[in-house]
Amino acid sequence: MSARDVVVTGAGLLTSSGIGVDAGLAALLGETAPVLDYDRFAPFPVHPACEVDFGAQIPKKSDLRQMEPWQKLGVFAAGLALDDAGLKDDASLKSAMSLIVSAGGGERDFEVDGQILTGLREAENPGAYLNERLMSDVRPTLFLAQLSNLLAGNIAIVHGVTGASRTFMGEEQAGVDAVRVAHARIRAGQADIVLVGGSFNAERPDSLMLYEMGGMLWKRPFASVWDRPAQGGGFILGSGGAFLMLEARESAQRRGARFSARVDAVAADLTRRQPGAAARSLESLWSAVAPGPDALVVSGATGARERTFEERAALDRLAPGARILATQDAFGHLMEGQFPAGIALAAALIARGEAPEAVVTSVGHQRGEGLVRLSRADQGAE
Amino acid sequence: MPAYRDRQGRPLVAVTGMGVVTSLGEGKEDNWTALTAGRSGIHTIRRFPIDGLRTTIAGTVDYIDVEPFCAPALSEEFAARAASEAIAQAGIGADFPGSLFIAVPPVEMEWPTRTALAQASGQEGAITYADLLRAAGIGDLRSWHDLFLFGTVAERIQERFGTKGSPISLSTACSSGATAIQLGVEAIRRGEAPAALCIGTDGSVQAEALIRFSLLSALSTQNDVPEKASKPFSKNRDGFVMGEGGAALVLESAEHAVARGATILGYVLGCGEKGDGFHRTRSSPDGAPIIAAIEAAIADAGVTPDAIDYVNAHGTGTPENDKMESMGLMTVLGERMKTVPISSNKSMVGHTLTAAGAVEAVFSLLAIAHGRIPPTINHEIPDPSIPLDVVPNVARDAAVGVVLSNSFGFGGQNTCLVFGAEPVA
Repeated sequence: MSARDVVVTGAGLLTSSGIGVDAGLAALLGETAPVLDYDRFAPFPVHPACEVDFGAQIPKKSDLRQMEPWQKLGVFAAGLALDDAGLKDDASLKSAMSLIVSAGGGERDFEVDGQILTGLREAENPGAYLNERLMSDVRPTLFLAQLSNLLAGNIAIVHGVTGASRTFMGEEQAGVDAVRVAHARIRAGQADIVLVGGSFNAERPDSLMLYEMGGMLWKRPFASVWDRPAQGGGFILGSGGAFLMLEARESAQRRGARFSARVDAVAADLTRRQPGAAARSLESLWSAVAPGPDALVVSGATGARERTFEERAALDRLAPGARILATQDAFGHLMEGQFPAGIALAAALIARGEAPEAVVTSVGHQRGEGLVRLSRADQGAE
Repeated sequence: MPAYRDRQGRPLVAVTGMGVVTSLGEGKEDNWTALTAGRSGIHTIRRFPIDGLRTTIAGTVDYIDVEPFCAPALSEEFAARAASEAIAQAGIGADFPGSLFIAVPPVEMEWPTRTALAQASGQEGAITYADLLRAAGIGDLRSWHDLFLFGTVAERIQERFGTKGSPISLSTACSSGATAIQLGVEAIRRGEAPAALCIGTDGSVQAEALIRFSLLSALSTQNDVPEKASKPFSKNRDGFVMGEGGAALVLESAEHAVARGATILGYVLGCGEKGDGFHRTRSSPDGAPIIAAIEAAIADAGVTPDAIDYVNAHGTGTPENDKMESMGLMTVLGERMKTVPISSNKSMVGHTLTAAGAVEAVFSLLAIAHGRIPPTINHEIPDPSIPLDVVPNVARDAAVGVVLSNSFGFGGQNTCLVFGAEPVA
């Protein structure tokens, strides 16, 4: 089976820094300051989504009503990627297009939960009370805003992307595996074009609660992700969505599409959680994707104490003197969307001529490691 | 045909191990005995209070207990037991030569945890998420964080069975189990590894999960005789019954299986998939995506519709699904479909949701192995608009060489698999 070249023919990004890859890039390069909200969920800062007119990508009000914010962010970013790839109006290509989404789950009805928890305290029969309240107070369609695969479902409904559709779960590593499998399928001829990405809504207390239980959240004024491990570590969640159009070079050339970078190799692993294991895993993945000495690094480092410390030390050994940019410093942690976001930015940096090659890293806050190597798209097939 | 390759020159994918857990029992033997006897695993729910619910029945797996009792822990346990059985049968050893593809229910924190946080917050007035959030920082709750992460079940299964690389946790709603198998097939065809461990698991029958489906009017409300409630393809069908379970399949390139002397139980001949952008819970009225998924699976298998000996139906028992599935099959298989046996395991085990595609894959392969087709039970009032041979109520002996297994899910997910006793020459 002859391996095919995979190129990036579109990218859609929406973060606290704004709409579009350029806005994300400005934040990544430090040209604009990170945007933070310290008050809404104090003491937890979040990077809130920028102001968005969702109607620009999701024209039907009935669709908007059926979605919670995490889905709107994702469907919006997917639409940007389709626009960027020049495919928004190509109904027949979209009906054959594969979709791989990395997703968590959707928002709960916070008010209803609070009322139920308050009532449960006094309830004579707590089980019966819970049933009664859930039956009468939960909005029937809320389930469809919560199911993990319904981001993909909404992309199918709103944008008409209706080929193969898979949703991967598992925090940061879901984003890594989504890109890895999309790349592998295109290389092997199992697909020609794959829309891949994810989204995350940081502005929801249930997510903050989950990560706070793990002791994972940063509760001080903003500091660079590399400076956090020494102060206990932690991440600041960010709202946003990131989608990529990955395509076989021959498919892109056939339709006259421009492309920003080539996806050379994706490698991923999940090592046992032991001191030093993340660093060893990165070293092994680094030799698998084999970047050259001029590679720029776009790191998805979370700020989680040990694993971020290990990542930085490994990068300093593997790529001494390399320029290392951290997406966490630009717009916080998009969780399932962080790896696709890093790739969108790295591809743009390559297209701008900032580097001939880039490596994007992901070391999940709890588990999983992944690397991708991108290079200039105008270089010939391997 | 070069040895161990299919017509498209891809590695042939064999099944060398299977394991299954449902409300009918643990293991292939108990399940097959019950299935072919037409026994139901559906019963009145004992796990949580059923006061005030419209649906009070389910096919929960009540003979397995876990601590703490919650969906991810239960799902992990089903997956581990099914994988143990599959790996033992495959004889492939403790160091699994391939990756894990596992369909897991989309879990989230559950009411006992939420209630504990509310208490820990010390709030005596109206409780809000601000109180829960404050309580989340009190004490060491790292085990709860890990428990409710989406990637945790996969990591634990990987540690236990020695699968390689980055395990994939996935959800395509009610077609998830089939998608896990499809991803494994694709990886073997790409030559990434000689084997794949594919699992679907679901232990998420909790009050809120049931209520969510109930509010969408998806569930049967015929609670009085629980074992009679799941009635796929019947005129009086009124929704599905939630079930639980897990199933695991060891997929292996035929070449690798033969080289190590493994017994081949059957082949995954083809996979087909088509998204549907019509509606979040309903199929396109013309059935085009379902038809396309069935056609794609048959084409990928390198056979024609005439080769299908038996259809293992998605057959949920909702008015919509069974009508659309029947229509799709009639379109692809034509008049012959009226005499091709089709049955729904969900009439007995209920809808095992995330696990269903994998559970039903195991049952499809058992039908091939035993030359026997499990029935669709509770088929007392046929639906005249469904002109199919649903193997009503009683199992039937039949030579089964090729099986089509359908899985359809919310969000426009349609995944079909074709299994065969022999490779397609």
